[in-house]
Amino acid sequence: MKGARTQAADALVSSPSTDPIRRVLSAVGQVGVLLAVGLLLLTVLLAATGHAVGPALAALVRGAFGSWYAITSATIVRMVPLGFAGLAVAIAFRAGVLNVGAEGQLLMGAAIATALALPLHDTSPWLAIPIMIAGGAVAGSLWAMIAGVLRLRFGVLEVISTIMLNFVALNLVGWLVRGPLQEPQRINPQSLSLPPSLQLPVLMEGTRLHAGVPLLVVTAAALGWWLFNTASGFRVRSVGANSRAAHSAGEIAVGSTLLLTFALSGLLAGMGGAVEYLGVTYALYENFSPGYGYTAIAVALLARLHPVGVLGTALLFGALEAGANAMQRDAGVPNVVVTVVEAVLILLVVALDRWRARSAAATGSAGSST
Amino acid sequence: MTAPTGETALLSLERLSRRFGAVQALDEASLQVRSGTVHALLGENGAGKTTLMRVVFGLLTADRGTMHWRGTPLRVRSPAHALSMGIGMVHQHFTLVPAMTVAENVALGGHGLFDREAAAARVRDVGARAGLSLDPAARVDALPVGAQQRCEIVKALARDVQLLILDEPTAVLAPSEARELLAWVRQFADAGNAVVLITHKLRDALAVADDVTVLHRGRTVLSKPASSTTETELAEAMLGGAGASTSIVTQVMAAEQDELVPETELTPGLETSVQSVDETVLSLREVTWRDGQGLVRVHRANMTVGRGEIVGIAAVEGAGQHELLRLLAGRLTPEQGTVVRPADVGFVPEDRHRDALLLDAPLFENLALRGAGRRRGRMDWTAFRTAAASLIAQFDVRATGTTVAARTLSGGNQQKFVLGRELAGKPPALVVENPSRGLDFKATAAVQQALRTARDEGTAVVLYSSDLDEVLLLADRVYAVHAGQVMEVVPDRDAVGRAMLGTLADDAPEALGDADRTPAGSSA
Repeated sequence: MKGARTQAADALVSSPSTDPIRRVLSAVGQVGVLLAVGLLLLTVLLAATGHAVGPALAALVRGAFGSWYAITSATIVRMVPLGFAGLAVAIAFRAGVLNVGAEGQLLMGAAIATALALPLHDTSPWLAIPIMIAGGAVAGSLWAMIAGVLRLRFGVLEVISTIMLNFVALNLVGWLVRGPLQEPQRINPQSLSLPPSLQLPVLMEGTRLHAGVPLLVVTAAALGWWLFNTASGFRVRSVGANSRAAHSAGEIAVGSTLLLTFALSGLLAGMGGAVEYLGVTYALYENFSPGYGYTAIAVALLARLHPVGVLGTALLFGALEAGANAMQRDAGVPNVVVTVVEAVLILLVVALDRWRARSAAATGSAGSST
Repeated sequence: MTAPTGETALLSLERLSRRFGAVQALDEASLQVRSGTVHALLGENGAGKTTLMRVVFGLLTADRGTMHWRGTPLRVRSPAHALSMGIGMVHQHFTLVPAMTVAENVALGGHGLFDREAAAARVRDVGARAGLSLDPAARVDALPVGAQQRCEIVKALARDVQLLILDEPTAVLAPSEARELLAWVRQFADAGNAVVLITHKLRDALAVADDVTVLHRGRTVLSKPASSTTETELAEAMLGGAGASTSIVTQVMAAEQDELVPETELTPGLETSVQSVDETVLSLREVTWRDGQGLVRVHRANMTVGRGEIVGIAAVEGAGQHELLRLLAGRLTPEQGTVVRPADVGFVPEDRHRDALLLDAPLFENLALRGAGRRRGRMDWTAFRTAAASLIAQFDVRATGTTVAARTLSGGNQQKFVLGRELAGKPPALVVENPSRGLDFKATAAVQQALRTARDEGTAVVLYSSDLDEVLLLADRVYAVHAGQVMEVVPDRDAVGRAMLGTLADDAPEALGDADRTPAGSSA
């Protein structure tokens, strides 16, 4: 790529909007500004609800980054499901598929991984763990493809179908943990605990840092490489940028590209669900996901839909959630306060995005429409 | 630069400037519009015509300069504000809601409750007074372009505008429709109103306008009564004065002129078709295509295109040529009949923003878009960047590199880029639709030259243009499309004109109104 920079035309000044280094810097700067705004808002909310600001914020920071244990066992552990679901949303949005159903796809992934755990109880973890992760991924993928087929065959908007499928998945899990997948004693609405031999290996003694973390990093890197360096990744981006031009100028089969995106997106979310089950919860229960699939939308948008950026923003939101729990525990501040801050951040990201798109369009039309 | 003499101006713009990033779109532009006149605003693509009028209509604000409306200082806050003062604008790309009826579109932006009957009556009333026929209950997406344009005009008139700004109004119209529109413009101005006609068609400007203002690079370079200027003077002003070589001016002027007799080597004749018969590249046999509503758009079409010829398509808006071109290019699949075509057919659609470009993607990715559906494996971006750089140089695309977004290019440069992209792989066949729509002289000449070069190098070219003269100028053979029927005709203005209008003569405007709507464009 660097070699190309020396090409004749590229020797000319390139536009700031497409210069990669400036884009990364501006993205990081944007996250920084948003973080500052979020912190300010949090301070105001804490003061307004009569909490001591100093101790509460201290608890938040301590809970997220205060100790090696907090970093590895709270922040990074939460980063994993947020990251997988964030990748799912990012890849879908890239293709113009508004998959807001990562939550349901993640739950289906966890459910199928749980179901596979029973027959695989006595097999080698080298066989069982990949099968469970793959099974979860396929389940998430099929769950998303329901929405994909509905859109392509019947024109049902995926914003509606995926969110409805979230509720179906949630209630399906509720039924499973009271029925077929309930633990043998039939006391608690949850599945049988996963035997230690089938759990994802812990990477560092005394922490909860599990093998799902490197899996997430590798997945994000692979996805990023695929999206920007392969013909099929380019097709996905083209369809998202302008599906009519993708069909007319690119002779791209838009329908199958969209279906592929639905499948891939659901696959990533389902994988996240399976990994969360195998690495953290070791059981399936109703509140398996505290809304990872919804927070993932913010994770993806804040990362500007870049797979590698998702790692960073997932870490950030992981820290926020870990800190929020600590704040509730240590300073008695309800963690919904942090949820409010997260929601405001999401709105700000979306607003900034629209504003940027509008100013780009205004500048462009000056050059082309006169 | 002196304002036309006479009574005080209805609208007066003094030294308006506006900058977009690095682009100085307006550089102290001035304009005086008198009541009761048609004022033609001329200029190349990117000269600032539309930007200037968007300032007047409240879509943009000027960085510097002053405006007066009826002698009092004018500050326009929004299009709604402009309309409330009596300034209306019809954009080149219409701003109608396709899924709504004409009456609903006209009522949009009003206040209070929506009364269907009252809105329909208003459309009929305004339409009748202005002499524009429109069915208030018709859905806009079912209307042909000409009727959509009348809907836009009625929308403005319903707000009692005294100044109507029309941005390239004839660009989307068949010649006969354009004549009708210009006659209407004249009549509207004669009733005491004023019209600003943004155009780059000198013929239109001189035929209908009282005053002419020419912008070049955001500056007013000429402003005088139409009666005291000539096409040559205007063309030179548009191209930036005496600097432009006369040969280019005259050459392009020739291309613009109505009664042009093609030069000898371009003379279309049946000999050319005979020569290429045994080297057929593209052909249709008994091809039929129906749209989503089951309307037959192309009916049992037969057509051949040979190596090294330009086959022209002549048709009025909505006759089925849109679908015919896409069938030839392989972008639509026929439901009956056979299409024989090479795997690789270049295609330049008329709406480059919607159908040809990823506006926010860099140019090299836009180049890679061609053939993306057939590609496998990795993308060699280094090669695409190199290819994009040479394409930019070869087709004289004004861009600051291969990494700039397509959006930042002017319309003419976007078109040159798209055409260059489609020709870059030397495809055996090329289908182009309105290739010079919305382009200025220089870009038009460049595009036409590129088509001739491709033809001479052996490409089978299919060209549709809503400008019949352009078809006749470039084509070796001509097919006319009328109501989905495709027939080959002698490339003679009169014969083609009759064929594309069915049996009607070209000069029967009163009957033409119906003929334009009878083809497949009419809805059930």
